[in-house]
Amino acid sequence: MSALRVMTVSVQEADFDVAELQEALRLGAQQEGAVATFTGYVRRSNEQRKVDSMELEHYPGMTENSITEILQQAADRWPLLAASVVHRVGKLAPGDRIVWVGVSSSHREAAFNACEFIMDYLKTRAPFWKKELGPDGGHWVAAREHDTSRATRWQDSATK
Amino acid sequence: MLKVLFFAGIKEQLDCDALELEWPGAAVDLDALQERLCAEHGGKWREVLGQGNVIRAVNQTVVEGSSALQDGDEVAFFPPVTGG
Repeated sequence: MSALRVMTVSVQEADFDVAELQEALRLGAQQEGAVATFTGYVRRSNEQRKVDSMELEHYPGMTENSITEILQQAADRWPLLAASVVHRVGKLAPGDRIVWVGVSSSHREAAFNACEFIMDYLKTRAPFWKKELGPDGGHWVAAREHDTSRATRWQDSATK
Repeated sequence: MLKVLFFAGIKEQLDCDALELEWPGAAVDLDALQERLCAEHGGKWREVLGQGNVIRAVNQTVVEGSSALQDGDEVAFFPPVTGG
């Protein structure tokens, strides 16, 4: 439905600056009435396990392409102006930022919905894998049914 | 030639991240390729790749069921994704 004027996807080891990323969603013509963003962080514990650090692996090439496809799907469903994703890989510590999603639109409803849609699809479709390292050694995080059902509900729902 | 990639827990269990195979011919589809890998590498591979939740991709696109392969294709085996 909308041709995104800005669409960026970055998979990187380095941390990112959320204020800078958010400003980059505004294109200068003052058309944006709403910017919605999401930031994900590494938790100190997960499912009762203490997490000392985390390693994020991905499938280079497929990762970027799958996220780009998700952003395009979001732009097909809602009138977006800009949409961006940054996802970190490599070694991370509790409290570190992992992922950032930002979208801009003329109105808040599209921005809120698209931001959540992108995150739900990213969780179930982009080829990243988390390995938690703690006192008991390494543990690959298992996919959660809850994430799958959150992503699936977008297939049934009206978009606007 | 076929390039075969393994990721995350599957990579660790197989102790293999990538291998290259001579092009086996169009008669070998994705299921047949997996069967070949298991026959060649033994029971551990059959156990790991036979897990019900293994996802398979051809040229970086997830496929359901078997899929025809072409010379030069990149095949990947990985567990359910857990990013975000």
